[in-house]
Amino acid sequence: MKAIYGLYNDPHVAQQAVDNLRAAGVNDANITVISSEPFDHFEFGHRDAKTAMPWIATAAGALGLVLTYYLLGASQRSWPLVTSGMPIVPNWTNLIIIFEMTMLSAIIATVITLLWTAGIPSRGGKMYDPEVSDGYILVGVENPSDSSKLEPALALAGARVKKT
Amino acid sequence: MSMDRTSNKSLADDLVRPLFNTSVWFYAIVLATGTVVSCGAVAWGYQLWYGIGLSGKRWPTFWALYLTNFVFWIGISHAGTLISAILRLVNATWRRPVTRCAEVITVFALMIGAMFPIIHLGRPWLAFWLFPYPSAREIWPNFRSPLAWDFFAINTYLTGSVLFLFLPMIPDLALVRDRSTGWRRRVYGTLAFGWRGTTKQWNRLESAMQIMAIAILPVAVSVHTIVSFDFSMANVPMWHSTIFGPYFVAGAIFSGIAALIIAMAALRKALHLEHYLLPLHFNNLGKLLLLMCILWGYFVFNERLTVWYGNEPSEMAVFWATQRGAYAPLYWTMVIGNFVLPLAILANPKTRTIPGTVIASCGVVIGMWLERFLIVVPSLTHKQLPYSWGTYSPTPTELFIMAATFAAMVLLYTLFAKFVPIISIWEMKAGLTSRMDSATLAEAQLMSTRLSGVDLPPETEGEHA
Repeated sequence: MKAIYGLYNDPHVAQQAVDNLRAAGVNDANITVISSEPFDHFEFGHRDAKTAMPWIATAAGALGLVLTYYLLGASQRSWPLVTSGMPIVPNWTNLIIIFEMTMLSAIIATVITLLWTAGIPSRGGKMYDPEVSDGYILVGVENPSDSSKLEPALALAGARVKKT
Repeated sequence: MSMDRTSNKSLADDLVRPLFNTSVWFYAIVLATGTVVSCGAVAWGYQLWYGIGLSGKRWPTFWALYLTNFVFWIGISHAGTLISAILRLVNATWRRPVTRCAEVITVFALMIGAMFPIIHLGRPWLAFWLFPYPSAREIWPNFRSPLAWDFFAINTYLTGSVLFLFLPMIPDLALVRDRSTGWRRRVYGTLAFGWRGTTKQWNRLESAMQIMAIAILPVAVSVHTIVSFDFSMANVPMWHSTIFGPYFVAGAIFSGIAALIIAMAALRKALHLEHYLLPLHFNNLGKLLLLMCILWGYFVFNERLTVWYGNEPSEMAVFWATQRGAYAPLYWTMVIGNFVLPLAILANPKTRTIPGTVIASCGVVIGMWLERFLIVVPSLTHKQLPYSWGTYSPTPTELFIMAATFAAMVLLYTLFAKFVPIISIWEMKAGLTSRMDSATLAEAQLMSTRLSGVDLPPETEGEHA
C-alpha cells in the first residue's frame, strides 16, 4: 500500500493540513486522520460522526423484548404449572426478565455495530505510524494518484511528511 | 502547543510505566493473596468432598455467610459501571482518572459475587440447571423464581460491565502495543484489535460508550433491586418489605463508592499516581459518600420505624434481637461504621482529606458487610413460629472461603493494574487537550475584547471540573 502523510504535534496545524488536502482536490472520504485521542473541538474530529448506532440499539432492544416475551410465554404454556397462585403466564414477573433481555440486546447490538462500522478487529496493512501513540496527529492519503502534488499541502510548519 | 504535546507524551509514559517496571511489592502481594485464595479453594474442595454440612448452614438458617457475601459483593460491584456511567453522562471532567479504577471493581466484584450461589449449592456441578434451556423433559427453569431473575440480571450486568470496561481500553492497549516489543507487542496487538485511532473509530467509540452508559444505568439499578427481591418476595419477618429495592440499591452504591475510594488510595500510593489521583477526586467522592451515608440513614430509619410502629410480634422478635439482643453489638457497629463515622469525617471539609475519606470508607465497607449479615441471619433465626427459631455461627470452612474472596479481589485488581493502564490514558489526554484549548480560547477571547472589541464564539466544551 502506498501512502503519503504528515505528522503534526498541533491539532490546529493538522486541521490546516486537512483543509489544504481538500483544496488540492482530495476527496474528503480519501483523507485519513489518525490520533491517539478524540479531537472534538476541531472540524476534522467530526468527520464520519453520523451514525445509526442509537437506532440500531433501539431496534435490537425492541427485538429482544418481543423475542423474550414470546419465549417466556411459550415455555410457561408448554408445562402449565400453577405456582403460588400466579397465572400460567405471569406478566408481572416476566417483565423483569423481559427488561434484562431488552437491555442486553441493545448493549450487544451497540458493540457489534461499533466493531462493524469502526472496522475492528483488523489485521493491519493500513496507513499507520506508531508515533501517533506519542501524541502526533497523522493526516494523510492512502494510495494517492500523485503524491508529489500533495506533499506541499502536507508540508506545514512543524510537520514531518513521510511516504511509504 | 507543541510543548503541551510533550506533556501529553510524558503523561502516557507515566501511566504506562507500571506495566514495564515491576516492584518487589507486586510479587509479595501476589504471593500473599494467592496463598489465601489457595486456602479458600482447598476449603471449598473440602466442603465438596465432605458435604455442605461443613458450612454453618443448618435448619432454620440455610442462608448465612455465603449469601451475606453474595449480597455484599454484588453491592460492591455498584462502584464502577454505575458511577462511571453517571459521570460520563453528565460529562464531569474529574471522572477521567477515576472511571477505569471503578469499572474494574465492578467486573471483579460481580465475578466473585456470582461465585457464592454456586459455592452455596450442595452439588455445584448442577448449577447449569439455572440456565434458560429446556431439560430432557422440555421443562424450562421457573421464570417466576427470583433466583432465575438473579441469573438474568447478574449476567446482563456482567456482560455489559465487561464490555463497558473493555471498549475504552482498546485505544490504550494500542498505545501499549506501539511501545512494546516481542511477545508483549503480539499480545497487546491482538487485544488492541488493530486499533489505529481514525476519526471514524473515535466517533464510533464515543457513540457506543454514550449508548452503553444510558443502557447500563437501569441495568445496574435493576441488579440490586432483584437481589433484594430474593428476600422481599419471601414471607420472612423484616424481609417482606416494599422498601427493600431502593434500600438495597442505595446501600450498594454506598459500599461501592467506599470500595472505590480505598482502591484509589491504594493505587495512588503503590503506583505513584499522586499527579493523577488528586485530593480533588477524593473530596468529590467523599461528598458522594456523605450523600449516600445520609440516604442510608434515612432508609434504615424508615425500615426500623415502620416495623416498630407496626408492632407485629414476629417482626419485633427480629427487631429486638438486633437492637438489644445477641446481634446488638454487630448492629451498633454497623450504625457507627455506616453513619456516625462517615458523617463525622465527611461533613467537615477539613477532614474530607485523602486519609479522612479512606478511614470513612473502611468504616462503610465493614458496616455494609455487617448490614448484609444482619439482613440475612437474624430474620432466618427468628421466623414466625417459635419452633423454627435457631442460632447460627460461621464455621472455619465458611470463613476461609470468605477470606479467599477478599484476597481474590486484591489479587485480580493487582494483576489488572500490572497488565493494563489503570487510568485511561486517552481520556486523560483528551481532558488535557480540552483544558489547553479552553485556556487558549479564553485568552484569545480576552485579547479580542481588549484589542478590537470583536467577540469570538463562546466555548463549546460544556465540561466543568
